[in-house]
Amino acid sequence: MSALTGLPAAVAGIDTGDTAWMLVATAMVLMMTPALGLFYAGLVRSKNTLNTFMMCVAAIAVATVTWAAVGYSLAFDGDGSLVGGLGNAFLNGVDFAPRSGTTIPELVFFAFQATFCIITVALVSGAVVERMRFGPFLVFAALWSVLVYAVLAHWAFGGGWLQAGGTLDFAGGVPVEMGSGFSALAAALVVGARKDYGRQALLPHNAMYVLLGAGLLWFGWFGFNGGSGFSTGDPSVLAFTNTLLCPACTLVVWFALDLIRGRKVTAIGAATAIVVGCVAITPAGGYVSPGWAMLLGALAALPSYAIIVWRTRTRVDETLDVLAAHGTAGLFGILFIGFFAELSWNGAADGLLYGNAAQLGDQALAALAAPVYAFLATYLLLRLIGAFTPLRASAREEAQGMDVVQHGEEAYATGEGAILVFPDGEPDRPVADPA
Amino acid sequence: MKLVIGIVRPEQANEVLEALYRAEVRGFSVSRVQGHGGELDRVETYRGTTVKMGLSEKVRFEVAVSDDFVETTIEALCEGARTGEVGDGKIFVMPLERAVRIRTGDTDHGAVTPVDK
Repeated sequence: MSALTGLPAAVAGIDTGDTAWMLVATAMVLMMTPALGLFYAGLVRSKNTLNTFMMCVAAIAVATVTWAAVGYSLAFDGDGSLVGGLGNAFLNGVDFAPRSGTTIPELVFFAFQATFCIITVALVSGAVVERMRFGPFLVFAALWSVLVYAVLAHWAFGGGWLQAGGTLDFAGGVPVEMGSGFSALAAALVVGARKDYGRQALLPHNAMYVLLGAGLLWFGWFGFNGGSGFSTGDPSVLAFTNTLLCPACTLVVWFALDLIRGRKVTAIGAATAIVVGCVAITPAGGYVSPGWAMLLGALAALPSYAIIVWRTRTRVDETLDVLAAHGTAGLFGILFIGFFAELSWNGAADGLLYGNAAQLGDQALAALAAPVYAFLATYLLLRLIGAFTPLRASAREEAQGMDVVQHGEEAYATGEGAILVFPDGEPDRPVADPA
Repeated sequence: MKLVIGIVRPEQANEVLEALYRAEVRGFSVSRVQGHGGELDRVETYRGTTVKMGLSEKVRFEVAVSDDFVETTIEALCEGARTGEVGDGKIFVMPLERAVRIRTGDTDHGAVTPVDK
């Protein structure tokens, strides 16, 4: 057949349908990082729009390189207990042959997992926007993607001790959601609060960006969860549909909480609820029935909502509430599996409700280990970087805004009064001397 | 009566507001303006096009006060707006011929004195 059509023979063990879906899913997950950029940029003040988005762009740049260099290998080479090997460093041996345990080429598997590392790095930036310097953030992103993300990914996905011990994590409750959320808390504590935090109202400058970002994130999350079965099989189908059901229920409950608390349903609250619902179903997507997924969405709204309300009353300027939206909802989803996992739906394990109490123990272990590791490692890493270079901009620069100070650009430049500077030194219009 | 105009940095606007409230100056209007006052030009680059931004964003406070309040107002504006760097802004004081409070028809001193309640 292939001789007649001139097509190369398919590599043994590859399923073309699965591969086609995973190629699409990978692109969808990559899109989530610019979507997160929109979401975050809308939540900050206008003078920090570009810097906030650029931290997400930086995550794509830096984490892709570190992932190809060593991150992927440390996460997915071999089944060491704490960390993988270096056999796949610099993409060594990553080619068209199927990734073991899947029916897709390892190259696709690598790219799909890379997009997870990228967005997780970008998520952490939400804790430090509006004051962290861009240079130290690049260093942080590079080191964090290897020392924290790759390690947690190995524990949960790559045959590390959590996965080997029986912890179920479908699409990244451990490395992505708890990894980013509890790292964000540490980062906020090390970098410190914005200078006006708790003194002035620091308001989102564009709610439309926030809504648009949340919408695109939800779209991308169908690739994120739906692709985490690495196939078009039942687990992927279940996770895909649960990604619709769960966040919708979170939205409904969030509306109710908003109504009770402030008598109005808020748009930024809705955008937050979409993210919280998507996060909650991330670990559980392929393990719980659609009905339980809806319950998960409804319940997951409560702790995240409570933490957002509580956090803003503290001195902890975890600016964009990564802990509430990702850490908390991710932890909730991980534990939820321990109760409601159902062998007849997932083909893997039952939870407590179906007579398997041990599963809850496995889930609780992950809900303890991932936050502790993420928090401590991030805390130490930022302290280390901070010993070499200041992590944050000066108060003066913070007042001017990170867009002009860090990037020499403005998101909303009018061009009024702008004078062209000619590189060859043509005379430009006289300007007043600085005093 | 005088009209006190203070042109300040946008990032100091909140400090100025606080200082004015502390000084019990409670009637003013605020607008965003652009201007140039001898500060260093900001250089920005967009896809290889380098420009000097000749105009800076400023916030303009207009405060109509009775004569007794002129010094207090000026002090509050200075206190809130001063950073010590070039570009802190200017204060202009001008005589004010008439003032009318629209709701009551109060004029002059009565119009620029805040009413409690």
